[in-house]
Amino acid sequence: MLDFPGAKAAFTSRMEFISPNAAEAVPCFRILDDLGRALDGSDIPEIDSSLAVKMYHTMVRLQTFDSIFYEAQRQGRISFYLTNIGEEALNVASAAALTKDDVVFPQYREHGVLMWRGFTLDEFANQCFSNEDGHGKGRQMPIHYGSEKLNYFTISSPIATQLPHAVGAAYGLKMDRKNACAVTYFGDGGSSEGDFHAACNFAAVLEAPVLFVCRNNGYAISTPACEQYKGKHAIQLLAGRGYGMTSIRVDGNDALAVFKAVSAARKLAVEQSKPVLIEAMTYRVGHHSTSDDSTKYRSGEEIAHWRSVRDPVLRFRRWLESNAWWSVEDEKELRGAARKEVISAMNQAEKKNKPPLSELFTDVYDTLPRNLLEQEATLRDTVSKNPPSLAPH
Amino acid sequence: RAYVFGEDVKFGGVFRCTSGLADAFGTHRVFNTPLCEQGLVGFGIGLAAMGNRAIAEIQFGDYIFPAFDQATAKFRYRSGNAFNCGGLTVRSPYGAVGHGGHYHSQSPEAFFCHVPGLKVVIPRNPSQAKGLLLASIRDPNPVIFFEPKWLYRLSVDEVPEGDYMLPLSKAEVIREGTDITLVAWGAQLAVMQQACAEAEKEGISCELIDLRTLIPWDKELVEASVNKTGKLIVSHEAPVTGGFGAEIAATIAERCFLRLEAPIARVCGLDTPFPLVFEPFYMPTANKVSMA
Repeated sequence: MLDFPGAKAAFTSRMEFISPNAAEAVPCFRILDDLGRALDGSDIPEIDSSLAVKMYHTMVRLQTFDSIFYEAQRQGRISFYLTNIGEEALNVASAAALTKDDVVFPQYREHGVLMWRGFTLDEFANQCFSNEDGHGKGRQMPIHYGSEKLNYFTISSPIATQLPHAVGAAYGLKMDRKNACAVTYFGDGGSSEGDFHAACNFAAVLEAPVLFVCRNNGYAISTPACEQYKGKHAIQLLAGRGYGMTSIRVDGNDALAVFKAVSAARKLAVEQSKPVLIEAMTYRVGHHSTSDDSTKYRSGEEIAHWRSVRDPVLRFRRWLESNAWWSVEDEKELRGAARKEVISAMNQAEKKNKPPLSELFTDVYDTLPRNLLEQEATLRDTVSKNPPSLAPH
Repeated sequence: RAYVFGEDVKFGGVFRCTSGLADAFGTHRVFNTPLCEQGLVGFGIGLAAMGNRAIAEIQFGDYIFPAFDQATAKFRYRSGNAFNCGGLTVRSPYGAVGHGGHYHSQSPEAFFCHVPGLKVVIPRNPSQAKGLLLASIRDPNPVIFFEPKWLYRLSVDEVPEGDYMLPLSKAEVIREGTDITLVAWGAQLAVMQQACAEAEKEGISCELIDLRTLIPWDKELVEASVNKTGKLIVSHEAPVTGGFGAEIAATIAERCFLRLEAPIARVCGLDTPFPLVFEPFYMPTANKVSMA
């Protein structure tokens, strides 16, 4: 054995470069087949009917909200929106496997996690309409939700910046001996950012109880995964073996597999103070956002296929039906109710006032420094001398 | 619930700033991070967001740039005050040291002065450093604390024992005068003192101000001084174009226009990367200040 500070390794007289494709691609864990039937030899996680139905309710409510609010943006009622279509099972099942004390550091396509935790339709709508009750006091674009009460850190647009935050937070949880972990989500695109590599390395070296959940949905806006990373091992092995972290690849469209994997990962993280990477394979059915038309870079057939045949919500529903926990009548009733609730929340939110002008200046610091007091005074003076269209309230 | 971390911090740090801390508080609270500035500041934000005091060290201010994205301080604002990372303090050595060249001499303060939500604090000597650092750590906003590395070995001071803080956003008049106001911070104040002494020999009475906090800065104190003297020189090592002196000059020109008897002068570093062998020519030396 040769022992350098950098590694203890056996020596070899044969010079042999390691090919990046030497090993087989890491297999993907799933429990249900594409039609929602349990595969042979599967070990179904413990989910009773009420939990399963609650999960399904949340997925449907999320789908409904996405569909209606996407249209609202198209009609000019809100300035921006992005959907979670195709990733509902990943969102909700992963959230269901966590406790409310686990702190979430989202990217931006995890509204289902927040919905599961209890963010109300009104709260979602208020933020999207930037009204005075909305999270963030109207300062950020729609969908930039957050909730201190629900341990869901505020969404921000830059990619992967939340990953090192999650590691620091996890370290704090460990030192405070809390029965909780940090959980952070990101996409295949996010795994290219420096912050991803920094976070993985820090988490492993500093032994932080954090779950890295990669939503590998195949696209970063228009950039397909094959242009994001090289090699078949991609994110899972890179981050896993590369950074010294336990990891797994899972079928992100299989709610049961996601639930089981995240539950197990959470247990490992909390009990052993270690990070775990979960690469959840999925597909982004919707456009990147309302500013994108994905038919410009992928075929309509591909989108339609994943929207219909590979719909994770339908797949989970089939499993529920096979257990006689769900029926066609239940479906009709839920869809109708969800639609009504979302539209009502939207209409309420739209009517509310925008936040007062003072909120432009607050929270930059804990208290207003003199430069901001002066600027506010100057602005109010300007506004008072100008037409009512600029008038604040 | 305070943590001190960064590259090489455990053994005491390359400038010995953290010596003995790991022994005193344990290596779970005083620890090395992997070599990654964006990671360590991001990590600090997460720790601070959970209510801890996260004291991060960036080994040289010259290496702070990878962390710039993490340091843009919107955490409280974007969450509507639901969350904040006020417990974060980033300490970093800055400034010329005689032989540092491009990457061990920079003064990056101006970049951070352009970030709403951050505070930037620079001490001029050890006793100021202790009070200002304690104030920075306890301030409920993220603070970047630049330490003049030139003074680590050079500066000798009587530092009071015990706990004390010095106020942030309050500048200090360290030499009273009537003919001209000079504003600077950090190591540059020693240069300014020299220039003031020279000027005194020629009968010019100089008022020297240490800004101490660059943002939010004490405009009132500087304004009051210039209203008294009618003249202003601002001096910093960082390159003159876009340096923080420009902000001070513009603000004072606006506030004291009718009182000023001469244009505001800036005696600063040249608009070049920090050169090694040319350092004496690059720097805003006492000669240059005297001539101004």
